[in-house]
Amino acid sequence: MPDNKQTPLDKTTLTNKLLAILPEASVLHQDERLRPYECDGLSAYRQKPMVVVLPNTIDQVQAVLRMCHQYQVPVVARGAGTGLSGGALPLEYGVLLGLAKFKNILTIDAKKRIAVVQPGVRNLAISKAADIYGLYYAPDPSSQIACTIGGNVAENSGGVHCLKYGLTVHNIQQLKILTMQGELLTIGGSGLDSPGYDLLALMTGSEGLLGVIVEVTVKLLPKPERAQVILAAFDDVVKAGEAVGNVIADGIIPAGLEMMDKLAIQAAEDFVHAGYPLDAAAILLCELDGSNAEVSEHVSRVRDILLTSGAMEVRTAKDEAERLVFWKGRKAAFPAVGRISPDYYCMDGTIPRKQLPRVLQTIADLSKEYNLPVANVFHAGDGNLHPLILYDANKAGELERTEEFGGKILELCVEVGGTITGEHGVGVEKINQMCVQFQSLELTQFHAVKAAFDPDGLLNPGKAVPTLQRCAEFGAMHVHKGELAFPELERF
Amino acid sequence: MSDQSEKLQQQVLQAIANSQALKIVGGDSKYFYGHTIEGELLFTTQHQGILNYEPTELVISARCGTPLSQIISTLSQHNQMLAFEPPAFSNNATLGGTIATNLSGPRRAYAGAARDFVLGCRLLNGKGEILRFGGEVMKNVAGYDVSRLMAGAMGTLGVLLDISLKVVPIPEMESSLVFELDQQRALDKIHELSSKAWPISASCYHSGKLYVRLSGAEQAVIHTSQQLGGETLNQADAFWLQLKEQTLDFFQSEENLWRLSIASDAAALSYEKCLIEWGGALRWIKTNDVAENLFATAAEWGGHATLFKPSANEASQRFQKLSAPMLKLHQQLKQAFDPHLLFNIGKLYPEL
Repeated sequence: MPDNKQTPLDKTTLTNKLLAILPEASVLHQDERLRPYECDGLSAYRQKPMVVVLPNTIDQVQAVLRMCHQYQVPVVARGAGTGLSGGALPLEYGVLLGLAKFKNILTIDAKKRIAVVQPGVRNLAISKAADIYGLYYAPDPSSQIACTIGGNVAENSGGVHCLKYGLTVHNIQQLKILTMQGELLTIGGSGLDSPGYDLLALMTGSEGLLGVIVEVTVKLLPKPERAQVILAAFDDVVKAGEAVGNVIADGIIPAGLEMMDKLAIQAAEDFVHAGYPLDAAAILLCELDGSNAEVSEHVSRVRDILLTSGAMEVRTAKDEAERLVFWKGRKAAFPAVGRISPDYYCMDGTIPRKQLPRVLQTIADLSKEYNLPVANVFHAGDGNLHPLILYDANKAGELERTEEFGGKILELCVEVGGTITGEHGVGVEKINQMCVQFQSLELTQFHAVKAAFDPDGLLNPGKAVPTLQRCAEFGAMHVHKGELAFPELERF
Repeated sequence: MSDQSEKLQQQVLQAIANSQALKIVGGDSKYFYGHTIEGELLFTTQHQGILNYEPTELVISARCGTPLSQIISTLSQHNQMLAFEPPAFSNNATLGGTIATNLSGPRRAYAGAARDFVLGCRLLNGKGEILRFGGEVMKNVAGYDVSRLMAGAMGTLGVLLDISLKVVPIPEMESSLVFELDQQRALDKIHELSSKAWPISASCYHSGKLYVRLSGAEQAVIHTSQQLGGETLNQADAFWLQLKEQTLDFFQSEENLWRLSIASDAAALSYEKCLIEWGGALRWIKTNDVAENLFATAAEWGGHATLFKPSANEASQRFQKLSAPMLKLHQQLKQAFDPHLLFNIGKLYPEL
């Protein structure tokens, strides 16, 4: 693993070597031009890169990687920079490889129901381009207007529809990647499976540590005939959580099933005026899609289940316009919270749904303890919780308190049988909590997987998988259930 | 019904000490799949039992030796199922073998493969270490997706001790239609149907008939049946079961049975004895043609061929050859999980 504090090539030498490969306009090295790249969607972490390159052909990327491999210069790949875990945080002594110029949709094949796209194509642009064929790309992270497919693959992005339609890993068919050595590999194929190991699964969600994605073939689905959304208000979040279980127990898998708590409802309502009931402790948004007949049947059943589960009020969107308004509040929940607080910190744990009452109660207790308000937005169908901690970075020590609070929420998710990240990735943000989720043997296995692709550890070093050393240091601060983490390691 | 993890771990540690290759055996229901290999037998069938099943969380966790039939019957008591409709090929089939082979049935093209439903696993690697990856939640992106990597690895990377899977509700209603068509028209028809959001859950073409199964809400299935026409297939459940378990007449053969997983829009292939599934993306072929021709045909259509069931002790390579850089990467991954080269050596490829 390279030490970030050492530079194999000084900035001038590195810049000149890159200028020998790329057009001048594709190499950014002046201070003011590097500034926009110093962070991704998690702006609490900032680091100016040494150099940014913006190639626009696979050959160029290959040449950059070969040169960096030769001189052992670390490389961080970046898509649109909308990631929420600092996965694209640059290195002070490395190259930031921006893939934003790879923005062409190469093919849409309506018969095969696939789109072949470059990694810098925006998520939503794929569905827009496929629309004329009555097809769409199902995973829809909230940032879909801006986030790119390369980043979606790197993070295994989800979205509000993944309970029914799956994550990125379920919706891609082929990748072209470049290894750190500059080898171009095709992973997957035109069929529904491929020979050998499932490298498509391994690459998806690997956070830019195993290879650089240069082309993605996504699966497209026929657009459902109809989608309908139901909004239900509850006077108690526990009842809302139980209602979710009741819908699923009835054999219905909704296209989307989202929950918001009181603070999130208020923030969203103030922002987009979706008509949300402000007296509710929680609302559920339940989207049902399919054929006209199926949706009608399910809407009526879900309404009954929600009422039986104790909903104060159940509304069905009367038309497509109202359906979009119902969703608008949910999709704008993050920026809405951004309006009522100078800063917010978005967590991403996933829990078994039955643990929701305990987890929400503990978050409420911690919120009092840290004196920091929390708004909860929840992909309720699949147990993916997004607590938003409201804080003010300009107040001394508040960010540190927020991070500590956030860390405790993630550790709680692990304790109840869940995970520290459902869809945003580990990045730099949750690197310490990886020491809580995994033991040293598993982390060692992850490092061995990494070494199979990138033995020199040059791709996105320091992200996603912590070193055992780091965990030992973190473990010294966080003794979990009275057990010393990583007892086999020496302490310094 | 007991935890044999330690016993299995001891056997692996002993194998390391003795430099003894191991051959992992569950119910041996898929003995014909992959190359015939040597090795001290490591039996998984004693390591059985359902560990956790939460119908409203849509997840089941069980030990690898748990009979597949037990998993399926437990789920059906709560009106749930494994969406990938795995073939068992015998009553002995276990969960471990089901995931290790990643074989999926008729619903695969419409619901996903075994690998799509893997949420987590406990793995015994080639260093004799017991590791846990993934979990029991639907969304989990902490660390590399090692559990999904195990699906289809044929036991070459380690012993899957416990596995957690996502489960789904059994559709309220199913109904199947039959259309009499020649092969090219059947392919055109299934592509046309697949381009719309009809509730299709399986498709099959052979001997001049296209079979289409509809699954979903009652009204949706009834309405779609009326729209699509065709004849209603009687005893449809039996048909799809025979297809999945390969007990249809087509599969009774003296010839090699090849599995070609290719682009769904591939034209009718030149092999006469062909059964089509998965909306065109899976073609079963009976032939004694040389292996190279099958591999070349599959490659031409962007996919791969597998000698699924050889007629005799066929010496040919069973799986499509990997490119040199891909093979190297596979060998490096094998090293990462099984550095002493213990598990199922040669089952998938001679080099792994």
